[in-house]
Amino acid sequence: MAETQSARERQLTLLDVLARKPEAAAPSKAAPDEGPAGIVEINIMGKRYEVPEGLTIMKAMEYSGYSFVRGCGCRGGFCGACATVYRMPGDYRLKVGLACQTVVEDGMYLTQIPFYPANKAVYDVAETPPTLGSLLVNYPELARCLGCNTCTKVCPQDLQVMEFMAAAMRGDIARVAVMSFDCLMCGLCASRCPAETVQYNISILARRLYGRHIAPPAKHLADRLTELDRGDYVAEVDGLTGAPTAEIKKLYDARDIEEEAD
Amino acid sequence: MGGYSPRMQEAAKVVERTRARRLKEVHARLSPDEKQELLRKFHPDYKPDAQRELAVGSNKGSRMPNELVDVLESQSRIDPAAFDLTQVDREVDVLVIGGGGAGSSAALVAHASGAKVLQVTKLRLGDANTMMAQGGIQAADKANDSPVLHYLDVLGGGGYVNKPDLVKALVLDAPRVIRWLEELGTMFNKYPDGTMETIHGGGTCRMRMHFAQDYTGAEIMRTLRDEVRNQGIEVIEFLPATELLLDSSGACAGALLYNMENQRYMVVRAKAVVLATGGFGRLHVSGFETTNHYGATADGLVMAYRAGAQLIFLDATQFHPTGVAFPEQLVGQLVTEKVRGLGAQLVNAEGEQFVYPLETRDAVSSAIIRECLERGRGFATVTGRQGVWLDSPMIDVIGGKGTVEKQLPAMFRQYGRFDINMAVEPILIYPTLHYQNGGVEINDQGETAVRNLFAAGEVSGGVHGRNRLMGNSLLDILVFGRRAGAAAAARAGGSQPGSLSLAHVDRYNGEIEATGVQGRFRSPILLPQYARKVGSSA
Ligand SMILES: Cc1cc2nc3c(=O)[nH]c(=O)nc-3n(C[C@H](O)[C@H](O)[C@H](O)COP(=O)(O)OP(=O)(O)OC[C@H]3O[C@@H](n4cnc5c(N)ncnc54)[C@H](O)[C@@H]3O)c2cc1C
Ligand code: FES
Repeated sequence: MAETQSARERQLTLLDVLARKPEAAAPSKAAPDEGPAGIVEINIMGKRYEVPEGLTIMKAMEYSGYSFVRGCGCRGGFCGACATVYRMPGDYRLKVGLACQTVVEDGMYLTQIPFYPANKAVYDVAETPPTLGSLLVNYPELARCLGCNTCTKVCPQDLQVMEFMAAAMRGDIARVAVMSFDCLMCGLCASRCPAETVQYNISILARRLYGRHIAPPAKHLADRLTELDRGDYVAEVDGLTGAPTAEIKKLYDARDIEEEAD
Repeated sequence: MGGYSPRMQEAAKVVERTRARRLKEVHARLSPDEKQELLRKFHPDYKPDAQRELAVGSNKGSRMPNELVDVLESQSRIDPAAFDLTQVDREVDVLVIGGGGAGSSAALVAHASGAKVLQVTKLRLGDANTMMAQGGIQAADKANDSPVLHYLDVLGGGGYVNKPDLVKALVLDAPRVIRWLEELGTMFNKYPDGTMETIHGGGTCRMRMHFAQDYTGAEIMRTLRDEVRNQGIEVIEFLPATELLLDSSGACAGALLYNMENQRYMVVRAKAVVLATGGFGRLHVSGFETTNHYGATADGLVMAYRAGAQLIFLDATQFHPTGVAFPEQLVGQLVTEKVRGLGAQLVNAEGEQFVYPLETRDAVSSAIIRECLERGRGFATVTGRQGVWLDSPMIDVIGGKGTVEKQLPAMFRQYGRFDINMAVEPILIYPTLHYQNGGVEINDQGETAVRNLFAAGEVSGGVHGRNRLMGNSLLDILVFGRRAGAAAAARAGGSQPGSLSLAHVDRYNGEIEATGVQGRFRSPILLPQYARKVGSSA
């Protein structure tokens, strides 16, 4: 956590610096010591509930009697369904997190953003060259980016969103692709963007263009397809589909196992 | 580090102390007999009271996990008499049920074949087990590998009972599927010349695991989702199917859908249906935590079974050996097998290895359970959960500093959120409910025993036999999703559904009543009930 916090600190804008520092001693997240769990008070969409400390926001909401239809998908930090915004008492700033990955803190005031209407362009990846022009044709609003860095500050994955938007504006598709790779498309960036850009849709376009046009195709794969198109392997596999189990077992036990290369 | 209590830090030091020695040690592999013995004594499937015989339907008498039998032996959540099925809300060629990888690839291929497709799903498109897969996808596409070797691995992993024609389709289509993904712009890890980076998975004889960091499923899923949207395929979210609809000949002819947000039903008539509703992790078989997404509630099994489909290999459940045992907030979540693929060993509280880390999953899970429950060499967390150590810091020792962070960004980030640096500290794990090995029986075109009903992906069974290997499920969902999509579209060309009926549901309900089993639920259950009952609600 130390790493990500310092990364965030580096992104402080003038506004943040001017602002009063929030409580220095934020309650530690993971309840590392082995005492009995205490109780924390949270506000879910303005209603107050007491929940055991150490729960994720998602489990705390369920503990409080909520049944999710929206706002809950993978429950494991992969799908972006559970984007949550919250505030802490005495701090005017909005914070964000994934409800399934963020532990409740005493006094948290929270709500989920289960849906956000976002602009999604329609394109044919094969026919779209990996250029700045392609990004702008599909998402002209990209040029409106103000460089305010709000997107970076709200990213629950701690991605450098503004930086890869800047790369997008330079047409550096590869950089956008690599820097945005861990994006869950939760939509928090777009929800706060004053330029109304949809960073996650722009970056998936860049990733697909990278995967299709910039990363070289795998030659061994093309070779294998040539073989398969010729009908290679079919007879051998057919030989196995009809073989008695004892024979398959023998072949299985006799396989040589590829050594890991150093 | 802040994430571990002093007592856990002490325990982790034991692991650290033996690391240098263990780096040079390879644990002996199990002989076939040892493995059988281990499974018989410790695998949760073999616990005498974990399963029971199903009392209704065409698989009557088959043993399955209690939790699954419970939903299969429940009455339908709908009353067939309440629906006027002559009022059809939507008419399509192919109805795809499920918004994961199997459903999306079926929708794409059916659409490309010219069919009018409607895809419906319970949560959002992509809120699915597919999105969560980390480790990778198998395909025999390198020069030292062949579909024949892949075939052997699948059979050996599955206990030699897999359906051969399905395995044949799996291994021969595999390179084509990878090529399809490559053309769609999926960002696989590649060397600068385009060669795919590949590694081993449990039970593979060649390094044929392709991956996209440890977001492999997410990368595949978001690419397919983007393409579904680019193709203009109609998708309706939060609209699960609750029953299939049959015509008078008993062929599948649509489904009854339920809008979870306004509680209204919708009758869809389709010339062919592809069922791609995924697995059953959220049934929490034998009380285990699970890696699965919120919607993995066996709905497809229930609906297909009532319609007359056959179920196969559902007595074999896959427990993933490495689920999180600490921190409590992540309990049950997956620690990808890739961690072991990259060199991390499994180590008990005494700092010793006790199993070769890449045995098949059933064997590794059983070995961990034995280590904790029989030999008492696990570590118990403050909440009383048992676990053993996965020595993740070995990865950086072997691969160089930064390897964990580079190769396992998702894992590294997840633990980091709880102040645990898995590149430096070992992590505590215990088996977790992961995968439904069996399912609805299909043929090599994805068709079930019910005409015009196709099934693909985790809801189906047969291809993996009794135990799936890592990387073969992402493959399976795309191979059979595509096949089912193509076959459904072809079928739609020639068929004309007759009048719609829910008579099979009536019959099934009647059978349940007659056998006197008291269903515990109304099923399909659609979502698990996690909300704590608070206060006094009516
Ligand atoms: C954490 C995790 C890691 C994994 N890692 C790997 C890996 O590295 N390699 C590998 O090969 N496999 C892996 N697997 C397994 C693999 O990801 C899944 O088996 C596979 O993705 C299942 O795909 P699917 O399309 O069949 O089902 P899913 O992807 O689960 O999709 C099913 C969809 O149907 C929807 N649905 C459910 N019920 C209904 C209903 N009644 N009506 C409408 N829609 C419904 C669901 O909400 C979901 O959208 C992993 C699984 C998990 C959970
Ligand atoms: S529920 Fe999927 S990221 Fe939280």
